[in-house]
Amino acid sequence: MILRGKCHKFGNDVNTDYIISGKYKFKTLDMNELAKHVMEDLDPDFYNKITPGDFIVAGSNFGCGSSREQAPLAIKYAKIGAVIAKSFARIFYRNAINTGLPVIECDTDKINAGDELEVDLSKGIIRNLTTGEDIPIKPLPEVMIKILNDGGLIEHFKKYGTFNF
Amino acid sequence: MGKTIIEKILSQKSGVDAYAGQIVVADVDYVMGQDGTAPLAIKSFKEMGGKKVFDPEKVVFVIDHSAPSPNEGVSRLHKLMREFRDEHGIDFHDIGDGVCHQVVPESGKVGPGSLVVGADSHTCTYGALNAFATGVGSTDLAAAIISGKLWFKVPESIKFVLKGKLPKGVFAKDLILYLIGDVTADGATYMAAEYTGEAISDLSMDGRFTIANMAIEMGAKAGLMEADEKTFAFVKEHGGRDFTPVFADPDAVYAKILEYDVSELEPMVAKPHTVDNTAKVTEVAGTPIHQAVLGTCTNGRLEDLRIAAKILEGRKIHPRTRLIVAPASRKIFLRAMEEGLIKIFVEAGAAVVTPGCGPCVGTHNGIPSDGENVISTANRNFKGRMGNSNAFIYLASPATVAASAIAGEIADPRPYF
Repeated sequence: MILRGKCHKFGNDVNTDYIISGKYKFKTLDMNELAKHVMEDLDPDFYNKITPGDFIVAGSNFGCGSSREQAPLAIKYAKIGAVIAKSFARIFYRNAINTGLPVIECDTDKINAGDELEVDLSKGIIRNLTTGEDIPIKPLPEVMIKILNDGGLIEHFKKYGTFNF
Repeated sequence: MGKTIIEKILSQKSGVDAYAGQIVVADVDYVMGQDGTAPLAIKSFKEMGGKKVFDPEKVVFVIDHSAPSPNEGVSRLHKLMREFRDEHGIDFHDIGDGVCHQVVPESGKVGPGSLVVGADSHTCTYGALNAFATGVGSTDLAAAIISGKLWFKVPESIKFVLKGKLPKGVFAKDLILYLIGDVTADGATYMAAEYTGEAISDLSMDGRFTIANMAIEMGAKAGLMEADEKTFAFVKEHGGRDFTPVFADPDAVYAKILEYDVSELEPMVAKPHTVDNTAKVTEVAGTPIHQAVLGTCTNGRLEDLRIAAKILEGRKIHPRTRLIVAPASRKIFLRAMEEGLIKIFVEAGAAVVTPGCGPCVGTHNGIPSDGENVISTANRNFKGRMGNSNAFIYLASPATVAASAIAGEIADPRPYF
């Protein structure tokens, strides 16, 4: 799978309250509605800046804080192609895989705001089209590849009725 | 080779001789969802083709994050949860019963050696009972509700050896804030924290829950303690069945062993807007406070209310400051009434609200205004956490919150002890 898009850069420790605030997520299961408020506390106009397929690029510990699955879903429904970070908080990482949002670990110091990226998930490489640099991706655990290949945990359960590793 | 507590629990529950780094599929003993996460889990449950809950006595939903409902959107989601209860006969706690992380330990269904998953990141609280308990998302929760199982990567553990005795006026909350400040917000990511030493043995169960509760704030998957007489007494008091405690082997392998002497520790605060942005209370004393919050899954337990009441008794809160008190559960609320604590709070000028999470998560019951400073006994101070991104949240112990409510500014509680 090859993804292509522009980078929106954020810092370290982006928590799930910033990704989608509690004041919205407790009210509705309408993810298109939640998507409009994605990253609002860090950039109030962020949703309007997204071109479908764009990437969120961040530092370490992306998605720390609460276990809300609305966080990866809001990002996915805002049509972000993938989240690329130096590292992810554990629950967010699982939730992203379960809901089919690609999450990529790599050295994001080599990516600047606005850079055009081409992500080749099967080859494990990010090509920075703006700087011409290739950045290797840290591979996913096998269980997660299996869940992603099935199209998320819901599809995995539909297929097998339980965990099938 | 010896094992850590979490390696032992995951081995027992998966039937695999498991060590850190391995992936296992393990049986879960109790599965919890709250009103911020259960509705999405119900949706996933249906989409997965779920027809039956694996065991209705091992699944619980708690309505605590917006309780009672502040608007019609929330009411619809609450209704969805009640309908699921009616259809499947699961355990259920409706508005007023309290915060899930107090209600679940009080239910007697969790104890030493249990494996619990909850769709709430502070599920790690039950680690104080020698259980492996961890937060998951709604789809993982739905998978566990259907199958009674979940997959885990067995984590490495960091052992915190906490020596010495806490000084007067310094509490479990100060200790855990200090530790998080030291190891930082991602210092234990993907790992389990094991807390041991004299300072842990000396703590009441209420204090131990405070420590375990905030393991996630250093990124940890769980925060575990060994069981002792206090643990067994707590489980017995709440009607728990016989549990088998799990101890770490002397030759268990740890990613790190960190030793601290707590005897010189001072009251701590976390400054806006991250939990690891810690300082001694003396460094921020005098910061004006507009709202003070006593409660939450971190510090809304009986001991916390008693400490705050000791300070507030016969005194009034500062005219600049609002004080909101939310006991962590109905049982604690009742005990606090019987002991006269609620009377002390009300007479001091506090607003006592329904047991629940509202003020901490910004759903209702005390959203601060622009530019206001809040001091809270909660576990998170992220920008916008309490419902307004233009407010500033400081985290502290119940003693520091009570002393600050009286002073109208951040105040050192030690003169009261």
